[in-house]
Amino acid sequence: MTSISVTVNGATRKHDVEPRMLLVHYLREVLGLTGTHVGCDTSQCGACCVCVDGLVVKSCTVLAVQANGSKVTTIEGMSAPGLLHPLQEAFWEEHGLQCGFCTPGMIMAADDLLRRNPTPTEEEIRAGLDGNLCRCTGYHNIVKAVQRAAGRMGQTRDTFTIDAMAGKTDEFPTPAAKH
Amino acid sequence: MATMTQPAGFPFGTSMKRREDPRFITGRGNYTDDIKMPGTTYAVFVRSPYAHARVVGVDLTAARKSPGVSAIFTGKDLADGGMLPMPVGWLLPNMKMGERRALATETVRFVGEPVVVVIADSPYTARDAAELVRVDYEELRAQPDAEKAVGCDITVHDCAADNVSFHWMLGEKDKTDAAFNAAHTVVRQRLVNQRLIPNAIEPRASFAFYTSASDELTLYVTSQNPHIHRLLMAAFVLQIPEHKFRVIAPDVGGGFGSKIFVYPEECVIAWAAKATGRPVKWTAERRESFMTDHHGRDHVTDAEMALDADGKILGLRVYTIANLGAYLSLFGPAVPTYLYGTLLSGQYEIPTIFCDVRGVHTHTTPVDAYRGAGRPEACYVIERMVDLGARALNLDPAELRRRNFIPPDKFPYQTPVALTYDSGNYRPALDRALEMLDYEALRAEQAAARKEGRYIGIGFSTYIEACGLAPSNVVGSLGAQAGLWESATVRIHPTGKVTVFTGSHSHGQGHETTFSQLVAGEMGIPYEDVEIVHGDTGRVPFGMGTYGSRSGAVGGTAIHMSIEKIKEKAKRIAAHLLEAAPEDIELDSGKFSVRGSADRSKSWFDVSLAAYLAHNIPQGMEPGLDSTSFYDPTNFTYPFGAHIAVVEIDAETGKTELVRYVAVDDVGNVINPMIVDGQLHGGIAQGVAQALWEQGVYDENGQLITASLMEYGIPKAEQLPMYETDRTVTPSPVNPLGMKGAGEAGTIASTVAVANAVMDALAPFGIAHIDIPLTPAKVWQAIQDAPNRPEN
Ligand code: FES
Ligand code: FES
Repeated sequence: MTSISVTVNGATRKHDVEPRMLLVHYLREVLGLTGTHVGCDTSQCGACCVCVDGLVVKSCTVLAVQANGSKVTTIEGMSAPGLLHPLQEAFWEEHGLQCGFCTPGMIMAADDLLRRNPTPTEEEIRAGLDGNLCRCTGYHNIVKAVQRAAGRMGQTRDTFTIDAMAGKTDEFPTPAAKH
Repeated sequence: MATMTQPAGFPFGTSMKRREDPRFITGRGNYTDDIKMPGTTYAVFVRSPYAHARVVGVDLTAARKSPGVSAIFTGKDLADGGMLPMPVGWLLPNMKMGERRALATETVRFVGEPVVVVIADSPYTARDAAELVRVDYEELRAQPDAEKAVGCDITVHDCAADNVSFHWMLGEKDKTDAAFNAAHTVVRQRLVNQRLIPNAIEPRASFAFYTSASDELTLYVTSQNPHIHRLLMAAFVLQIPEHKFRVIAPDVGGGFGSKIFVYPEECVIAWAAKATGRPVKWTAERRESFMTDHHGRDHVTDAEMALDADGKILGLRVYTIANLGAYLSLFGPAVPTYLYGTLLSGQYEIPTIFCDVRGVHTHTTPVDAYRGAGRPEACYVIERMVDLGARALNLDPAELRRRNFIPPDKFPYQTPVALTYDSGNYRPALDRALEMLDYEALRAEQAAARKEGRYIGIGFSTYIEACGLAPSNVVGSLGAQAGLWESATVRIHPTGKVTVFTGSHSHGQGHETTFSQLVAGEMGIPYEDVEIVHGDTGRVPFGMGTYGSRSGAVGGTAIHMSIEKIKEKAKRIAAHLLEAAPEDIELDSGKFSVRGSADRSKSWFDVSLAAYLAHNIPQGMEPGLDSTSFYDPTNFTYPFGAHIAVVEIDAETGKTELVRYVAVDDVGNVINPMIVDGQLHGGIAQGVAQALWEQGVYDENGQLITASLMEYGIPKAEQLPMYETDRTVTPSPVNPLGMKGAGEAGTIASTVAVANAVMDALAPFGIAHIDIPLTPAKVWQAIQDAPNRPEN
């Protein structure tokens, strides 16, 4: 076991982990942050994307011990409760998701893309999402969502609120609290 | 762009933002793998590395000693524990059925077939222990190729010595042969519809726990139809009481057909949770998804079309070998038969069709419904043959289609392959697509480009789809082991708020939004007053689930029927409260009022409260306000449309670029256009991918060569364009909502539109056909071998 200390979504977390534990499993299994998903075993789908020290990484390809001392942002940390990041708002507005499984990774990858290139062309958006697969949307509305958010990234984060009526969560009884 | 309000009293045509999205975009979705309980254990399956082998021995000694291991089971343990073979949900006459056990006992028949399950206290320790399981195999010769498997000396199941599980025919052979004898032109083509591997981005997963106090077993599973899972597992595989078994399909990350079926893994997990008394979880790795999610397509077809000199189609003859894989999957027998042969008439008036299908076992992953399920295969055959016919007669492919469309005044239309089309008007969709494309200008551009050595191609697909398989007595007579109705319970609470319990299941389709719109629109109440519950056998009375583009037309109609019954009762209560006759009560924008005096009115709140208080309701009326309906459609619905793909091929490299994609679809009435467009987009992407990139490949020993995302070409954003979509609306007369279905239309249409576009681009080389996927290597080779060298 190795001791690590990682700042995740602003809070410092300390744990003893097996050296072989993947960052994505640390986030999901140890911290209970299940918004980050696992879709493959070859680092291709991008469902596991998180932000580590300002760069998007595939957390299935990073060991938890490698994140020791780092700042990690996951989808759960993109906005304060009840508020939305411009990309979250844009994915909602443009119907950029169907089953939602690729979505957290898409949003994290798109966030990285827009921070590097605030005004990407359609081609640049498509190329920039090269590491993220979606089986539902055919990408059309994902590209539109990123285009929409591009114009708004300058605005303060958390400008957008979740409309109360649609903010339905926890529809299914979960046997135990997840977090 | 989405909107947040819907006009009062009207359920159709508003692109409401999806109410399920906030949880997904903030990382609060609740997928099966997200669920955890104290004491959860984790399963890993030990799988066959061989396509065909005898299991000689299993040695668990080392694995049992591995740290953290709580249990290890073999197929024999499960059989001894009472587990029965996996079920088949569609029986064809004289079909041979080889037995499939959840864990193989004596023989393994495809790479990835599970043999042993190891359960330990973490996913890591379970994997460590699984590494130590020693299975001795005697490798046998394997046959992964369906054509070669017919009658070959390698047998998959003893009960089918020639490997043919069923031989199925539809249509009149003699009449069709006669049409061919009288034809002016006959075109013939061998068409390979390659194997696809589903790859929903969420891998399959199961999580089960047993509550001994109540003797209840609960299974969370990535399912499109949790009630079907419960029924089949309870009655046939596990043999446990159905009412003591709860199956929940929580948020599911895409299905595309692959999550319809009852798989061995969920049966083992549910069984093991009871056997060990601890919660057990299994989540597939992507490699396991490739090997074990049931695959799609895999047909080899010899097709012939007879035409007269004017391009009128006189007949169609189709001989297909369908690869079923190693075992019959749940609906495997239905897909290449009733979901395929019946669709071969397309949008055309074809006097006679004969279809002959052999379902063949091979040493490969089982094949079943995948995104379109049989209908894309049928569409590929008819639309490729129409194009070949047009080329043989030197006719514009759009013109040949027009000459053969079933005219709008002939509906309902009886095809020669058993179906009766409900409604259709095919020409306007094609005309609109041509207009969006600016067809004449594009043909001129194509001609000019050819002179410069640039190869642009325009490809058509005027497709038909059949949704909402029905009615139950008919599908039952054809072999279905399930009814194909849908149920809905609509419950009006005392305050007038509404909960809908639907048997449909959403795994991306947005039912929580569209069904809320339907209810809000029909009742005239605010959208936010409606809650949709689905995916839980503990809450929803019963349901058949979501596949075959059935939820709107079938599930939506069940909701509509319940609302109608509730309205009826509510009107009688309102009449009683308003001291008027029930016939004089009108419901408008959520208010019950007496005809002619709008000031005398009651709200849903007033009526609902009265129904539950029961202090003042009509004499003899039961209190309460809810209703359950079961809707069994009288027919399928038949969406249709015209899709046109424009490609450009680099003759130097063989690479195809999809330049434009125009789709005009008619799915009947539409509740939420944004959601319907999204369904179309995703389907188009899949179809394009089949035309150009995706292919499941086995080597001659039955090893799956494409077993990861590195070898299998799921499309990425940069390979696809924006899609140009529009709609015509021909309501279905089959259901009161006039809805048809939209889930699979894109996939059905687009593969052949792209394939036809590539062949159009390659026409100057004299290339008439290349089998899909049209990879650069294949196209390049075809150009090298081409009969013509175009003069630039
Ligand atoms: S899970 Fe990390 S890239 Fe697929
Ligand atoms: S929304 Fe389902 S995979 Fe992208």
